[in-house]
Amino acid sequence: MPGRARPMTRRGHMAETAAETLTELPLQGLHGSLGAKFVPFAGYSMPVQYADGVMAEHLWTRGHAGLFDVSHMGQVLLPKGALGGLEALIPADLLGLPEGRQRYGMFTNDAGGVLDDLMVAHRAGDVFLVVNAARKAHDLAHLHAHLPGVEEVTDRALLALQGPEAEAALAGLLPGVAAMRFMDVAVMAWQGAELWLSRSGYTGEDGFEISVPVATAEGFARALLADDRVRPIGLGARDSLRLEAGLPLYGQEMDEAISPVEAGQGWAIGKARRAGGARAGGFPGADVILDHLANGAPRRRVGLRPEGRAPMRMGVPLFDGAEGGDPIGRITSGGFGPSVGAPIAIGLIDAAVAPGATLYGEVRGKRLPAAQVPLPFVPPGYKR
Amino acid sequence: MKYTEDHEWLEADGDIVTVGITEYAATQLGDVVFVELPEVETQVAKGDEIVVIESVKAASDIVAPIDGEIVEINEALVDNPALVNEDPTGEAWFFKIKIEDAAALDEFMTEDEYKDHIGE
Repeated sequence: MPGRARPMTRRGHMAETAAETLTELPLQGLHGSLGAKFVPFAGYSMPVQYADGVMAEHLWTRGHAGLFDVSHMGQVLLPKGALGGLEALIPADLLGLPEGRQRYGMFTNDAGGVLDDLMVAHRAGDVFLVVNAARKAHDLAHLHAHLPGVEEVTDRALLALQGPEAEAALAGLLPGVAAMRFMDVAVMAWQGAELWLSRSGYTGEDGFEISVPVATAEGFARALLADDRVRPIGLGARDSLRLEAGLPLYGQEMDEAISPVEAGQGWAIGKARRAGGARAGGFPGADVILDHLANGAPRRRVGLRPEGRAPMRMGVPLFDGAEGGDPIGRITSGGFGPSVGAPIAIGLIDAAVAPGATLYGEVRGKRLPAAQVPLPFVPPGYKR
Repeated sequence: MKYTEDHEWLEADGDIVTVGITEYAATQLGDVVFVELPEVETQVAKGDEIVVIESVKAASDIVAPIDGEIVEINEALVDNPALVNEDPTGEAWFFKIKIEDAAALDEFMTEDEYKDHIGE
């Protein structure tokens, strides 16, 4: 790279973790043969982009179908009756989750912060969780400490097929997927292997996540890539897609010191778990989080459109004036939105800041204006 | 053309040196979405961070490869940062710098040395 990467960019999924031993994904060889460049992320060597580059991969996913390898994420099985026990760790309505459906949730801490966010699937014979790679070890310890029968799934890859043509492409291999709707889960057979599917993802597009036995993963990925509508997409575009979709990333939009309400994830706290609900509270930090829901949180998440071309990246301090004053918040994720065609960002700011006020991000010593805008930056394509 | 270890190319015409980044650097950076250039008539010292270049992925700096005065900048890059990926060693030059001592260029790599440097 010319010159030096600025300190502010040495974080997130671009952060360098030099001395660390990296785990390779089961499909490392396939990624290499497709021209992937690899970066370290959460202890894994991950394909950050392929030959097309981040911009083209992002736009391809929004227009067609992108295949992502997210095998670094944690896959965990719990016994059938675990949903009640999970409600003691997660402020979602999990006992109200019908079989065959998946729901978004967060592990919270006693301070009302977030330990991780995850997907919980209620399946016929068990409960299936997908957790973030960087928090996998932490989450497993947390689960083991509170629940019996926790089992990490280590013999499966996890693929995501995302985009408006994902259904058509996947239905070529698995016709049954067309009948699934957003957040449905199903088990299907392909060439003798058992695939675990959900109609979900993290790009803002319609799509599927597919847990595949490692031995079958490359054959399945190649079968998808044989379809002209499907191209491989790296971690770089995964991040720009989720940012445009306004989806939070653990460690950026939320962490142990940010409440779900501050992170804009209050919607994930089911009615049954709120004040006056059938099973109100009963999760770590309930006093803080329910107070934030009832009386407002001290900070709020905000979408931002910087006025010029300069991206405002994670960590950029935000001000409510062009000069003077203390920061009123910071950028939690920011960059260039290829589908928006301009810089975009998500910030965490003092709740007292007026909703329409122009904010200023301090980039390289200069305060640059940014407008508060609603999230997401692009309309979602979910098949509800 | 001469090359720096920071993947810049330098093309001298008398005491005016045009500076850009190499094809290799442009590929490594990925899609460039923002370029901030120094002001004309700025005196710069070798190693000063004088250009900010941001790709979808990250922000980087381009340092002054040599002491001198910025005499011209390529405003086209500000309006069309993608030029850096399209034509890094041609239309996408960054700035022209007036140097005191043309011999200062001798320390930089030749094309063959640069190719060795990037392992091609």
